Amino acid sequence: MSIVIESLGIRAGDFHLESVSIRVESGGYAVLMGRTGCGKTTLLETVCGLNPATSGRIVLGGVDVTAAAPAARGVGYVPQDGVLFPTMTVKDHLRFAPRMHRWPKDETEARVAELAGALGIRELLDRKPKGLSGGERQRVALGRALAARPAVLCLDEPLSALDEHTRAEMYELLADVRRHTPVTTLHVTHSREEADRLADHVFRLEPTGLAEVARP
Amino acid sequence: MIGTAAKRKASNRPFAACLATVAGAYVLLILAMLLADATFTSWADMKEALASREIRYAIKLSFVSSTITAILSVWFAVPIGYLLSRFEFHGKPLVDAILDIPIVLPPMVIGLSLLILFQTPIGRAVEGVIPITYEVPSVILAQFAVACAFAIRTMVVTFDQIDTRPERVALTLGCNPAQAFWHVALPQALRGSLAAGLLAWARALGEFGPILVFSGATRMRTEVLPSTVFLELSVGNIDRAVAVSLIMVTVAVVLLIIGRVLGLQEGRR
Repeated sequence: MSIVIESLGIRAGDFHLESVSIRVESGGYAVLMGRTGCGKTTLLETVCGLNPATSGRIVLGGVDVTAAAPAARGVGYVPQDGVLFPTMTVKDHLRFAPRMHRWPKDETEARVAELAGALGIRELLDRKPKGLSGGERQRVALGRALAARPAVLCLDEPLSALDEHTRAEMYELLADVRRHTPVTTLHVTHSREEADRLADHVFRLEPTGLAEVARP
Repeated sequence: MIGTAAKRKASNRPFAACLATVAGAYVLLILAMLLADATFTSWADMKEALASREIRYAIKLSFVSSTITAILSVWFAVPIGYLLSRFEFHGKPLVDAILDIPIVLPPMVIGLSLLILFQTPIGRAVEGVIPITYEVPSVILAQFAVACAFAIRTMVVTFDQIDTRPERVALTLGCNPAQAFWHVALPQALRGSLAAGLLAWARALGEFGPILVFSGATRMRTEVLPSTVFLELSVGNIDRAVAVSLIMVTVAVVLLIIGRVLGLQEGRR
């Protein structure tokens, strides 16, 4: 499913962005870079439907979702720090989106088993978020976002708080997800290394607007 | 540098001593009051008080009405607390201020206001279906009018302390706002809801002014434990009044212990 953002305007408190345009083809991996406070997260949240757009359009897979509720967009969102549900076990996190989309129980359980295996979190299924390491939290957040098979995945600095070893594992994991899941990804980061290792398209958000950066 | 640090440490002492003195004086006053009650009465007085049919009825009515009030208060306080914590709307400061009125209004005035309310045409119509004034439902309504305001304050603080981001993430996972509240916010507010219920229960148990005005203090009908203390005192039966007071002190201490054991502090998760 392609991601097309056309002349998007966003206002959140005193902050505003104007005329942002992005195009990522189906199955592509776009990295959005920029300085802290330049609006990367706000833009990502607008794609997810958590912030309203003041102008322009967001088109996912040919469907204009600019005014659609977050639940209706088919976007999986991995926020910064994972933001897990404190009262739920890891298994409940993986079940959450399929349950909300009223999947049959056996299909949900099969999906939980599949994700737990793919993300290497089988041992964690009965644990709650408290006490999980940074890498484990990100894996669970990724699994929760992918559980209902979204066509678009939005990642907000998923590797920023991880040590070098865990980050290397997560690179492998994200590359794996890309190989095995037909998902179009929008990944926000400060890190040039993440962009170099993962992206097909790199966009840089500047005060003057958004520009696509040539890949090295 | 060391000399300066040592001097600074020494200069902290008078301040710490002042704080300790003030705190000590108040703690002492509380303990002295409880000790005075405990030494004034005897086990025999307590047994005699507990043997009285009227006092047993008052205990039963107090416990049942306070429990119903606590449940009702939590039912109201959870959605109202969530509304005030999560949503911005026109007139919010006004609604917020109105919800504090039962906390600051003199208790007798609350009772009088309820009494007058049930003399209006609407009130009389309700009375035509369920008799309220000077009956048991008036006890619950008088307790609820005050206790619910305290429960709401606890729930607002509880929801304010809960991160909103998980609820936002839940919206992207297929939830509507009601499902995000039910599946994500509410389970995190469980301890806060228990604290609100406990606080409402304790407030309801100690409520006297509104009940006296709105329900009266009729024995074997609308008499609750604070009314018993008042009735016994008014006929000069201080022993029984103190014995009943000690029952309430015991309940208060038990509530405090339950709150501490469950790790509940007002407004904290």
